[in-house]
Amino acid sequence: MNKLNLIVLIFLISCVMAYIFFGNNANDINNPQNTQNESLAMKGSDTEVQLVSNLAEAFTVKNSNADISVTGGGSGVGIAALINGEIDLANSSRAMKQDEISQSANRGLDVQEFILAIDGLTVITHSENPINQLSIDQLGKIYKGEIKNWKEVGGNDTPIVLYGRQSTSGTYNFFRDSVVNSDYSSEMKTMEGNQAIVEAVKQDTNGIGYVGVGYAKNDKGEPRQDIKIILLHGVGEPPVSPLDELAVKDGRYPIARPIFQYIPRLPLKNSILERYLQFEASNEGQIIIENAGFYSLNDEYRNKNQQLFNKIK
Amino acid sequence: MTNIAIKINNCSIRSNKVNSNHSSINISENLPKWAFGFMATLTVVILFGIFIFLLISGLGTFREIGLGEFFLGTDWNPTAFNAPSWGILSLVAGTVMISLLAISIAIPFGLSIAIYLSEIASPKTREILKPLVEMIASIPSVVLGFLGLLFVAPLIAGIFHLTNGLNALTASILVAIAALPTIASICEDALSNVNQRFREASLALGATKWTTIKRIVIPAASSGLIAACMLGLGRVIGETMIVLMVAGNNRAFPHSFLDAVNPMTANVAIEIKEVVVGSLHWQSLFMIGFVLFMMTFVINFIADLLIYKKSL
Amino acid sequence: MKIKNITSESIYFSIFHAMTLIGIGLLILTLILLLLSGYSVIDQDFLTRNWQHRDITQGGIFPAILGSLYLGLGVIVISFPLGISTAIFLTEYSKNNLLNRIIQLAIRNLSGVPSVVYGLFGLVVFVNILSFGSSLLSGVLTLSLMTIPWIITASVESFQSVPQKFREASLALGATQWQTIRKVVLPSAITGCITGGIIGVARALGETAPLIMVGATFYLSKLPSSPLDKFMALPYHTFILATQHSSPYANSYAAGTAFVLIMLTFLLSLGAIILRFHFRSKKDW
Repeated sequence: MNKLNLIVLIFLISCVMAYIFFGNNANDINNPQNTQNESLAMKGSDTEVQLVSNLAEAFTVKNSNADISVTGGGSGVGIAALINGEIDLANSSRAMKQDEISQSANRGLDVQEFILAIDGLTVITHSENPINQLSIDQLGKIYKGEIKNWKEVGGNDTPIVLYGRQSTSGTYNFFRDSVVNSDYSSEMKTMEGNQAIVEAVKQDTNGIGYVGVGYAKNDKGEPRQDIKIILLHGVGEPPVSPLDELAVKDGRYPIARPIFQYIPRLPLKNSILERYLQFEASNEGQIIIENAGFYSLNDEYRNKNQQLFNKIK
Repeated sequence: MTNIAIKINNCSIRSNKVNSNHSSINISENLPKWAFGFMATLTVVILFGIFIFLLISGLGTFREIGLGEFFLGTDWNPTAFNAPSWGILSLVAGTVMISLLAISIAIPFGLSIAIYLSEIASPKTREILKPLVEMIASIPSVVLGFLGLLFVAPLIAGIFHLTNGLNALTASILVAIAALPTIASICEDALSNVNQRFREASLALGATKWTTIKRIVIPAASSGLIAACMLGLGRVIGETMIVLMVAGNNRAFPHSFLDAVNPMTANVAIEIKEVVVGSLHWQSLFMIGFVLFMMTFVINFIADLLIYKKSL
Repeated sequence: MKIKNITSESIYFSIFHAMTLIGIGLLILTLILLLLSGYSVIDQDFLTRNWQHRDITQGGIFPAILGSLYLGLGVIVISFPLGISTAIFLTEYSKNNLLNRIIQLAIRNLSGVPSVVYGLFGLVVFVNILSFGSSLLSGVLTLSLMTIPWIITASVESFQSVPQKFREASLALGATQWQTIRKVVLPSAITGCITGGIIGVARALGETAPLIMVGATFYLSKLPSSPLDKFMALPYHTFILATQHSSPYANSYAAGTAFVLIMLTFLLSLGAIILRFHFRSKKDW
């Protein structure tokens, strides 16, 4: 290839790239070049990542200069990034721990808590597993590794294969602290996201896993047919399904939990962060949350959020 | 050669003009030298800085965790419910298991391909097939991991009557595919660098082609072949995405290749995002990174010495 | 004796032949499997539209493609000059003493270091200490660090393959060292540098672990327009579609994304191989 050909080739490639870059911008009528972009960087919970992306997407329809990014990795990632001063909002499916709050205070932050939605943490198994329900106590023992065979809880005589999340996950922490009350069994396979757990349990006849309730439903909001959702019950209580919205909201479902967002300090009035939080709390936001399979807030949480909004000047 | 002669003539004509003014020679000569020197120094400093940075960031670990506990403990659980444990032996075992199994699949495979390409295939076939083998190297590891998740893991589960295929065996097979082109390519280079006269002499003495290959060519190329294997080994040790997706990643110390494993690379990639800068967890992850660095560096170093032993 | 030798030879040779065909078959199998899993989603929309979250069937992976292209361009812009300059300095200018050879040895070995190690460095230095955040710049710098040793090694080999007599002839005719490099050495060696560089960039484009650590995003509402913007990238997008996205189409989309990614890396590698082949046939020494 002589020099002329090389130059022509480079020129053609540059033209293609220019077309891609500028061509797409020309199609993007939602971005007039004369308004300033306001950016909002969010990181954290994998349970919330898809939900928050849906919310952000709906938000940008009305606020075309919003420049929002959402990344997963686990609640631990979000909280660490918040403390390190990298992001505007941390998605967390668990509450911040005391030492995390002190660390943030040491860095000069005034962390505020916003409650995004309610999640009924769902235990799933393979669709052909004969078990329909478990007690919280049994569930804890299974994940601790003390119950190793399905027959011990009334199922087949096969070993239980445990699937869980990685240690960065808020769901991992929440489940461990409220159900297992000890370290997880060292045989538990750690998966990188809720969907990875669903896929694994879908194929593993002996598998059991835990996922956010939104992941146990399909995109129409109905429970997925390719996995089985296990009913849970506390001591002496009747078994409850995470699909039972009332039971989740009033606490009859044993592992219902609020899922959070944390911000480094109070936002300014009318800043993009404040408008975004208001959007999440609004009816439209709550509808998006329900469509994603999670549950909208009850009165108690709504009041807490309102107290936060009242503090904003 | 005539092209070169003409180019040199052009040089000399111009340099005659320049020679008349000493200071401008110095600048136009030294400027490129300084520019290249500056960029080279910057690059080399940064590259070595990585090594030093890892070491410094990681050394703080041992102020709080004993050397024995770190290197010999079998439980890696920094965010434990009760007391955190900092033993990397399970992680190392995971890395070693996958590396050894992968390399023992990739070496026979790669060597066979290299022998075929270098000794048996016709030059035309070789021209076509060698690039194709090298193209395997451009399959991104996330793609291999994804296909492994979709196809290889269920296959392994079916063959061994398990309920899932997330274990060291699945990961090793995929990692072997990732390392295959490296080994094949460098082995092929080593074999074709053997002087043709050796083959001719052997054949002239009545040996068959296979005997020639087995007894003459391969031993003559042995240092290059071993180097290829070591470079492949370095490649498999550093593999992250495949093991992240299909190796199962549990905390327990693995007992067989059908167990899930948690190699060092995947562990570091996941956990580093949740640590606060400067914390003990952060420092210990850097220490693991340093161990990884040293493992691959030493292996590559030995391979290098084998290839370049004549010139060093 | 002879019959026994011939039989075992033909068995061995058939095995070797078969292994080669299997190896190449794996390559083709990868492409076929991806295509089978993902063909339903690949169309013009897929390639040119922005990512949609609520209904991924309406969106496309354009931001990820753009992100990867930007990363690739950035890596070329940073690592080619630095890498080739270092190679020139090491082979042409600095004395060929022990220090020089040790540095070359060390750099050759750095190209075998796992990508997570570079990711660690990039995360702490570029994202945190230098406060570039999880931006294109951090991604480009981290991937460049990974690619530079590879380019240096390929370039050094390329420069060293230019026969010494060319340099000597040039200098003997009165040319200065820089003129020699510029007019004699560089034109002969540059294609080796570039093909090595292209293969290095293809490798960098396929890397996911550094992107996980530096922080490619799951969702982005605006395309990146400056180096400090957040970005998406094809390998990371494949990863999250396979493990975090709950749509029933997620696996098909992951396969489609993986297919686009592999096409990109293949095109680059193929280009480099063709370049190398073309120039090897033109070499006149």
